[in-house]
Amino acid sequence: MLRFLLNRIAVLLPTFIGVTIISFLFIRLLPGDPIELLAGERGVTPERHAQLMHMMGFDKPIWQQYLTFVGDVLQGDLGQSIVTKRPVFDEFFTLFPATLELSICAIIFAIAIGLPAGIIAAVRRGSVFDHTVMATALTGYSMPIFWWGLLLIIVFSGTLGWTPVSGRISFMFFFDQVTGFMLIDSLLSGQKGAFASAVEHLILPTIVLGTIPLAVIARQTRSAMLEVLGEDYVRTARAKGLPPSRVIGLHALRNAMIPVITTIGLQVGVLLAGAILTETIFSWPGVGKWMIDSVSRRDYPAVQGGLLLIASLVMLVNLTVDILYGLINPRIRHRR
Amino acid sequence: MSKTLVRLAAGLFAATMIAGAAHAKTLVYCSEGSPEGFDPALYTAGTTFDATSKNVFNKLAEFDRGTTKIIPGLAESWDISEDGTEYTFHLRKGVTFHTTDFFTPTRDFNADDVLFSFNRQLKADHPMHEYVGGASWEYFNGMSMPDLIKEIVKVDDYTVKFVLNRPEAPMIANLAMDFASILSKEFADQLQAEGKAEMLNQQPVGTGPFKFVAYQKDAVIRYKAHEDYWGGKAAIDDLVFAITPDASVRYQKLKAGECHIMPYPNPADIAAMKTDAAINLMEQEGLNVGYLAYNTKVAPFDKVEVRKALNKAINKQAILDAVFQGAGKVAVAPIPPTIWSYNADLKDDTYEPDVAKKMLEDAGVTDLSMKLWAMPVQRPYNPNARRMAELIQADWAAVGVKAEIVSYEWGEYLKRSKDEDRDGAVLLGWTGDNGDPDNFLAVLLGCDAVGGSNRSQWCYKPFEDLIQKAKVVSDTAERTKLYEDAQVVFKEQAPWATIAHSVVFEPVRKEVSDYKIDPFGGHIFYGVDLK
Repeated sequence: MLRFLLNRIAVLLPTFIGVTIISFLFIRLLPGDPIELLAGERGVTPERHAQLMHMMGFDKPIWQQYLTFVGDVLQGDLGQSIVTKRPVFDEFFTLFPATLELSICAIIFAIAIGLPAGIIAAVRRGSVFDHTVMATALTGYSMPIFWWGLLLIIVFSGTLGWTPVSGRISFMFFFDQVTGFMLIDSLLSGQKGAFASAVEHLILPTIVLGTIPLAVIARQTRSAMLEVLGEDYVRTARAKGLPPSRVIGLHALRNAMIPVITTIGLQVGVLLAGAILTETIFSWPGVGKWMIDSVSRRDYPAVQGGLLLIASLVMLVNLTVDILYGLINPRIRHRR
Repeated sequence: MSKTLVRLAAGLFAATMIAGAAHAKTLVYCSEGSPEGFDPALYTAGTTFDATSKNVFNKLAEFDRGTTKIIPGLAESWDISEDGTEYTFHLRKGVTFHTTDFFTPTRDFNADDVLFSFNRQLKADHPMHEYVGGASWEYFNGMSMPDLIKEIVKVDDYTVKFVLNRPEAPMIANLAMDFASILSKEFADQLQAEGKAEMLNQQPVGTGPFKFVAYQKDAVIRYKAHEDYWGGKAAIDDLVFAITPDASVRYQKLKAGECHIMPYPNPADIAAMKTDAAINLMEQEGLNVGYLAYNTKVAPFDKVEVRKALNKAINKQAILDAVFQGAGKVAVAPIPPTIWSYNADLKDDTYEPDVAKKMLEDAGVTDLSMKLWAMPVQRPYNPNARRMAELIQADWAAVGVKAEIVSYEWGEYLKRSKDEDRDGAVLLGWTGDNGDPDNFLAVLLGCDAVGGSNRSQWCYKPFEDLIQKAKVVSDTAERTKLYEDAQVVFKEQAPWATIAHSVVFEPVRKEVSDYKIDPFGGHIFYGVDLK
C-alpha cells in the first residue's frame, strides 16, 4: 500500500509542474492586457503603459516572469491581485469555503439520490421506473446550468416564494465568519433563525450544481450494477438462497462501487466548472465567479494563482480517490 | 404618585425605544459586483465608487444630487485668482470623521486631511504614494492632475490653496470627482504606525453620510448612517449592498422584496418592470454619447464630403429602435443635452440615401470598401455594437459602400482603435466624468488626444482654438458661447457620426422615496427614505 501511495505521489510531481506552466501561460495567451482594460475608453499613453507594465513586472521576458512565479510559489507566495491589490492566496481562501460548502452539499445531494436511483433502475431493469430514471438522467445531464438555475429561481423564488432568490444568508443576520462555512457559522452565531436561513439559501444552488453529477452517478451506478448482477458470484449468492437485500447490498454493490467511486471523484472537476455558472446566478461568493472575473480583467496573478490552487486541490482529491479505490479494490492494493 | 409617574415615564421610554428599534430603516441595494477596494482614488470603476466615494466620502465640492450642478462640499466656498491659477478653498468647520470599530477620531476634519488626500497621489516621495503594490492613481493621472497642480498649500487649518501650472476652468468640477475624496489623515497615520497601511484600502473612514461596517467579498457590504453627518443624519439607518451579479436575478430579488433598488436592468425586462405594481421604473438620459469615429487622417475619410455622405446614409432612428429598444435618443451633438452649453440649435444630418450616394459620386468615391469596428462588449452608450454595426453595414451597402465588420477582445480593441493609420470607422462612446463640456470635447476631439482617446484622429484648428480658449476662461457664460460654437464646427466637419445618448433605467420599489438617478451613473443613498 505504501509503495502504491508513493507511486501515486511521484506521478503528481510532473503534473504539478505542468500545471504551473499551463496556469501561467493560459492567461498570457489571451489577447488584451490588464492595463488597457483598467484604463477603459480613456486609455493610457504609451509611456504610461510602459511605466505600468514595468511596475507590475510584465515587461520582463516571459521565461523570467515564469521563473519568478515558480520561485514565489515555492515560497508560498502567489502574488497580489492587480485589481484588489490583495494577496491572491488570501482572496482565494476567503472565497473557497463558500465553493466547498456548496460543492459538498451538491455532491451529497447527487449521491443521495443518484446512487439509490441507479441501483433500483438496475434491479428493475426495463421497468417504467428504469426508463423514467434514465430519461430524467439524460435530461439532467444535458441541462444548461444557467437556464436551469434561472428557471428554478423564477418558479420557486419568484412565483411560489418558497425559497430566497440568491445569496448565502438573509442580510438580517450579521455575524463574524469563523470557519467560512455558513452552515457552521450560523450555528456558532447563536442567532435565532440564522441556520434555517442558511439552509434555505442552499437549496436551489445545491440542486442546480448537483444535477449533472446526479445524472452521471445514476447512469454509472445502473450500468455498473447491471454488469455485476450478471456475474457468476452473484448467481452463486442467489443460488445459495441469500435474501436479495444481501445479494445486492453486499455482493453486488461493493463490486459495482469501484467504477462509481472513480466517477464521483471525476465529478469534482465538473463541480468546479458548474460552480462558475451556479455562483454567478445565485450571487454565491465563491472562487468560480472570482476566477471568471479575474480572467475577464486579465488579472494575471489572480488567474495563475487561482488555477494553480484549484488544480492542486483537484489533484489532492484524485489522490484521495485513488487511495479509496485501493482500499475497496484489493487487486489494485496488492498489484506489483 | 411619584412612583406612578416614574413608572409611566419608564414605560413611555421603553415604548419609544421599541418603536425606535422597530423603525430602524434598512435600505437594501442589489449592487452588480464587488468593489475593487475601498480607496476610490486607486480605481476607475463605478462599482467601486458606489461603495466608497458616492456614500462614504465627501469631496471639497460636490455635485448636487441628481444633477451635474456643483455645490459646496467640505469646502464652504472658494475663490479663484484673476489669472485662474490659484484656487483657495475655505473649509467647513465641525465636520467629523466616522467613528468605527477600527478607528476613533480625536479631531475634526481640517486642511491636513485635504493635503494628505491629494499629496499621496501627487508626490512620488509621499509615504503613502505606494501604500499598496501597483497603486497607480489612474484617475488622478488620467485627468492630468500631475501636470496641472504645481503645489497644494495649507494656508491655515481651514484654508487650502491649490496652485496650478496653467489656468484650468474645469478645476472645481475635477475636484468634485471620485478620486478627489477626502480621507482621514489621522486614520492613515494610525495604520502606518501599526504597520498595516494597506488596510486603508479595505476599511474606509470618511466624513460622508454612511460609515462602513463590514464587507464580505462577493456577498454583502454593510453601512450605518453617520449620526453626526454635517449635512444631517441620513433618513435611513442601515444601508446594505447585496452583491448580485446577474441582472435577471437582481430583478427577481427586487420583485421578492429582497432589495429596494437595483442598477442595470436587462433591456428585455424593462417592459415587465413598467407594468409591475410594486416597482417604480425610473429613467433619465445618461451623461454619455455613442459615436462612430472615422479616421480623418486616412483617405477618403479625410474629405468632409465623404464623412457627411456616410452620415447621411445611416438610418439612426432604425438603430435606436432595434438596438436601444426605446432606451435611447438620437445624438446630434458630441455632448449630451444634460450638459450645460449643449447647442440645441444644431441640425442633424438627415437620412437621405439617394443624396448620400450622389455626394459620394461627386467626391469621386466609388466602390469604397472599408472596415467597420464593432466593440465586443456592452457599454452604457451602446448595448449591442455588433447589431448596430450590422445595421450600418446594410445602410451603407444601399449606397454602394462595402463595410467589413471587425472586432477584437476589448482591451485589444481599445488599443488598436487608437492607431493613427487605423483602417475604417470605429464604434465607441464616452461617459462623462465631471459634467464639464471640456471632458467630452477636449478628451474626445482635441488635438492632444490624437493617437489616444481621439479616435477620429481629428485635429482641426478652428475647433481646437475654441475649446482651448474655453479651458482658460472662468466665466461660464463666455465658456458656454465658445462651446456652442465648437459644436457647430464639429457638426460641419463631421469627424463622427453621432449616434445616440442612452437612457438609464433604474427600477426602484414603491416604498422607496426621494431616490434620484445620478447623471454620472453613480448610486447615491443620502436623501433616500423608505415609506
